[in-house]
Amino acid sequence: MKNFNGKILFLDRSDINTDEIIPAKYLTESTKAALKPYCLEDLILEGFDPKRDLAGKSVVVTRANFGCGSSREHAPWALECNGIDLVIAENFARIFRQNMFNCGMLAISLDKEKIDALFREFSKEDASLEMDLDNKKFTVSGGGKKAVFDFEIGDFDLDLVKAGGWVSYADARF
Amino acid sequence: MGRTVAQKIFDAHEVARPGAGVRIISLDRVFCHEITTPIAINDLVSIGRDRVFDPEKIKAVIDHVSPAKDSKTAEQGKTLRDWTRRHGIRDFFDVGANGVCHAIFPEKGFVRPGYTIIMGDSHTCTHGAFGAFAAGVGTTDLEVGILKGVCAMREPRTIKVVLNNSLRPGVYAKDAILWIIRELTVNGATDQVIEFAGQAVSELSMEGRMTICNMAVEAGATCGICYPDMVTVDYLWSFIKEEFPSKEAALAAYSGFLPDADASYTRILEIDASCIEPVATVKYKPDQVKPVRELEGTKVDQVYIGSCTNGRIEDLRVAARIVRGKKIAPGIRAILAPATPLVCRQALKEGLIADFMDAGFCVTNPTCGACLGMSNGVLASGEVCASTTNRNFNGRMGKGGMIHLMSPATAAATAIAGHITNSELFK
Repeated sequence: MKNFNGKILFLDRSDINTDEIIPAKYLTESTKAALKPYCLEDLILEGFDPKRDLAGKSVVVTRANFGCGSSREHAPWALECNGIDLVIAENFARIFRQNMFNCGMLAISLDKEKIDALFREFSKEDASLEMDLDNKKFTVSGGGKKAVFDFEIGDFDLDLVKAGGWVSYADARF
Repeated sequence: MGRTVAQKIFDAHEVARPGAGVRIISLDRVFCHEITTPIAINDLVSIGRDRVFDPEKIKAVIDHVSPAKDSKTAEQGKTLRDWTRRHGIRDFFDVGANGVCHAIFPEKGFVRPGYTIIMGDSHTCTHGAFGAFAAGVGTTDLEVGILKGVCAMREPRTIKVVLNNSLRPGVYAKDAILWIIRELTVNGATDQVIEFAGQAVSELSMEGRMTICNMAVEAGATCGICYPDMVTVDYLWSFIKEEFPSKEAALAAYSGFLPDADASYTRILEIDASCIEPVATVKYKPDQVKPVRELEGTKVDQVYIGSCTNGRIEDLRVAARIVRGKKIAPGIRAILAPATPLVCRQALKEGLIADFMDAGFCVTNPTCGACLGMSNGVLASGEVCASTTNRNFNGRMGKGGMIHLMSPATAAATAIAGHITNSELFK
């Protein structure tokens, strides 16, 4: 299973689409690692600099409908090869969310009040997250503050994360 | 409680329930193209599972970059081509026989009411126009689909969109779906299926229904579905006439996938279709939609007619009627990409290709790379494109480019005028 702890990158916008996460012109690459320099290069977000802001981050916290648009699994891969295996949002586009779990990554939906609280309390801090998957909660700390958030995750999604993804899960069963 | 279309299709295909709210369903079709499939193929090879569940149920095409533009895209094509040969996948459409996946697969009769279909392409929802459940998936889902013929899906919840009355003349399926997306928003149907019903939908051809279902994903939907009727049966008849004694018998069989009268919907959105007017998108989200009359005069650099949304024969007929006998405006580049070889042949036969070429259009082979900035119509920074495609995301057709999505009629009129304008001015 992957490690879901680390520094948080806050992306304060809804409807961040797959073309922003990884533009289609890079879909001709044949390895995940080749996507690394291009992650989020077309993101429309004031003050955001992908090279500077992605460095050292392990978690993305964002608003609603993250990953909308294309089916490209290159979107989670681009995050994964930059060290980001966990995205927390109000909700996700279906294909993106499934792609995350299929890769053994975590896509956690939280209601708007909790997302608002995360942004309000921690987006200006050098915040980091500690995951407790067994108890379905995580702790965020930064700027001398600390807060615990509960979340829900379906049994099947959790099984995929523990199995290391959908291929190994399905191959053992069907 | 009654069942929706998607619930009935899931009931007929259920393999397992691996957890609350999730079903594993068997697949009738796995469609493949050269952008998302090669990585799945390479992964299957690397883990020692280079097998396919059923070569007859897998269909493949090279469509995004055709012919190959460079070594990387040539490798993608080769990986797909070699794989289809290795596994006896007979329905593979290579350069010369190839067309845009969501146009050529229906045209070949591969889609039937009640089918389950996945593909590594978000616009797979197009095939719901036939009363099928068709969903875009990522490479890993595709990989398991290829290997095992199954896919995991959440229990379908459904929104019903009812288009009452008829579309007015000069208003097309593309205007209707952009109108609906504005109502639903880009997150309004996330994780849900949309059933498209009502008089205006039943009056649409299969081409129009495919245009509508194609963009269901732009509202976040897993699949858009139209109800099978005699229009569906007529379209499919040459492929199914050995299976049924009559068209009526086919329709009766397909009616098993109509929703029950007491089916449960999360939302029913009723729209008076006669109020819909020609529209186009502004900015970078497909729910940012305005009437064409409010955008009158907006300058564009390029016009693009084609794609899995609007590259079919009906689209070309509508656009050709507008450009016939006229010239595109000075300073405009206009590109026509017929979606399949059959569309192209038919357009040639009807004189439509001559209409476009006489007007100054560049007519390309069937391919769809322009839509996502991969080939055959990429924008430069700062350029604006009037396009019949389905996404206006930032940089979609080329870094720094801007896209206005619209119907083929509006795009054709825009090419002639040199700025966004209503096609009714060219009647």
